[in-house]
Amino acid sequence: MFTAIFGSVEQGIIYAIMALGVYITFRVLDFPDLTVDGSFVTGAATAATMITLGYNPIISTICAALAGFAAGSITGLLHTKAKINSLLSGILMMIALYSINLRIMGLTIDTAVGRPNIPLANSDSLFTAFSEFWGKLGIDKAFNGMLSNMGVEHVPNTWGTVFIMFILTFAIKFVLDWFLKTEIGLAIRATGDNGKMIRSFSANTDTLTILGLGLSNGLVALSGALIAQYGKFADVGMGIGMIVIGLASVIIGEAIFGTKTIARTTFAVIFGAIIYRIVLALALQVEFLDTGDMKLITAVIVVIALVIPTLRAKQKEKSRIAKRRAEHARAVKQEGKRSA
Amino acid sequence: MLKLEGINKIFNEATPDEKIALDNIHLELKTGDFVTVIGSNGAGKSTMMNMISGALTPDLGKIEINGKDVTRLPEHKRSHFIGRVFQDPMAGTAPTMTIEENLAIAYSRNQKRTLRIGVDKKRREFFKESLETLHLNLENRLNAKVGLLSGGERQALSLLMATFTKPNILLLDEHTAALDPSRAELITNLTKQLVEKDKLTTLMVTHNMQQAIDLGNRLIMMDKGQIILEVEPSLKKDLQIDDLMLQFQHIRGEKMVSDRTLLSV
Ligand SMILES: Nc1ncnc2c1ncn2[C@@H]1O[C@H](COP(=O)(O)OP(=O)(O)OP(=O)(O)O)[C@@H](O)[C@H]1O
Ligand SMILES: [Mg+2]
Repeated sequence: MFTAIFGSVEQGIIYAIMALGVYITFRVLDFPDLTVDGSFVTGAATAATMITLGYNPIISTICAALAGFAAGSITGLLHTKAKINSLLSGILMMIALYSINLRIMGLTIDTAVGRPNIPLANSDSLFTAFSEFWGKLGIDKAFNGMLSNMGVEHVPNTWGTVFIMFILTFAIKFVLDWFLKTEIGLAIRATGDNGKMIRSFSANTDTLTILGLGLSNGLVALSGALIAQYGKFADVGMGIGMIVIGLASVIIGEAIFGTKTIARTTFAVIFGAIIYRIVLALALQVEFLDTGDMKLITAVIVVIALVIPTLRAKQKEKSRIAKRRAEHARAVKQEGKRSA
Repeated sequence: MLKLEGINKIFNEATPDEKIALDNIHLELKTGDFVTVIGSNGAGKSTMMNMISGALTPDLGKIEINGKDVTRLPEHKRSHFIGRVFQDPMAGTAPTMTIEENLAIAYSRNQKRTLRIGVDKKRREFFKESLETLHLNLENRLNAKVGLLSGGERQALSLLMATFTKPNILLLDEHTAALDPSRAELITNLTKQLVEKDKLTTLMVTHNMQQAIDLGNRLIMMDKGQIILEVEPSLKKDLQIDDLMLQFQHIRGEKMVSDRTLLSV
């Protein structure tokens, strides 16, 4: 049980970066961008390919994010310049990326142009590089000692991944919070909110949309690159349904933590991603559910997260009206007594 | 300052829906002119405003601002020096953003947007001072989302945002039409105050004849895509509604249409 939840937190905090990307398009830009399913894999494929070819994991990861940025920008160009509907632009880019991702991974072999997956079992990664340094600190021993004392049987291999990912994800969150408050950030938000208005204040909404989509998919690809290094493989199918997972994270987080300010919302999105993973892990502990049911469970979680706030609001309104009625009845009664 | 030369616009040309929206429009505004525009529904007033702002491009003709040909300049570049307030109070502000963030957007209209924080201490002070001139107590609600404001409050804010950076040209298209009479009057007074303060060159469309007569130093009347009457400053002062009605009848040989428009006083 502890292992399952620990693993979910580890994964959740990595997927949270992808969810932040989805937040930028769906919420800030109000652009339903489906590029995500493809660009997530582009990130994974670029990082896995470069690492396999012997590049430094840090450089490989940065290049992966840049590849995602490029993919998102092309979706933006399709929408703003070629005037293709936003959903369709994303879908077109997504399927185009499927082939491109095969080609990227194909760079690691000579026998074919495309390749559907790359194992990274024995390769360096950001995480192996970090764990060398982390191991020397002896923090794992201390934490795991504590856990054993508390009676937990299976202690995690390392706390390093969770640690470094919390730092990285929160660093991205703070930069994003800051960015959305700069002049350019405000203009991007206004583009999603009221395009006509921001154009009348001399902003080029086309450029801003392209920039927003680029940033979003850059984060998605970064998340993909990290997941590939975390899971030690890249696969052309690993992005299927990613957009729904991203949305699930955003919706769950917003439902629980609210959207009062930007800083609050990005916080909500990160924890939404973690909570989603935990719920999924718990659901999979149920006897008759199988890993193949994951997508179905995801869909159900999203539906629940969407329905609950509406139900809660309805319930609140109902009890408010009931209270007013009761008060009114009491007042009428007293009035009657007095006149009698 | 602003010059329209032979502007023509046809919508849906060569289809059954063909509509001549603007028919050879000539208009020149000097710096500091405040021109009110009246005319029946479909006369082409909004189309003319959209030509000036760059939201539409003319089929024929030329538009000059400050002696510079801007006919082909895209909307977002032209809005460096053109401020606009729309009829719909929802249209001029970003509803999910706060009052101060909206003002910050307006503030960086005529400079390049950078990675500078949009609302810093100094700007916040300035925004507060500017909001105080509205007398709507908005200066104490800097962090309220604009979507929560009433139509009148939003329109006042839009007006402030449009005039913030002292644009060369201010375009107002029925910006009081969606408000109840008292709010409309508030916005009208505010318009007068803001325009006078910075001597803004202004073009204001209205369906309220009295408003058209009370405000501004010049008046034009449009019908069927043409400017059919121009009232110059010397005559505008003593203008009466009845004069306008008679003039219209005289020019068009028909009674002025009695839609919501020209009769509302
Ligand atoms: N995008 C468009 N496509 C087709 N026809 C249009 C378009 N915009 C305006 N028109 C037509 O052009 C004519 C002029 O419209 P415009 O909006 O300029 O009138 P207006 O004077 O502003 O009228 P109102 O007082 O009702 O606002 C109208 O007949 C209108 O139907
Ligand atoms: Mg109009």
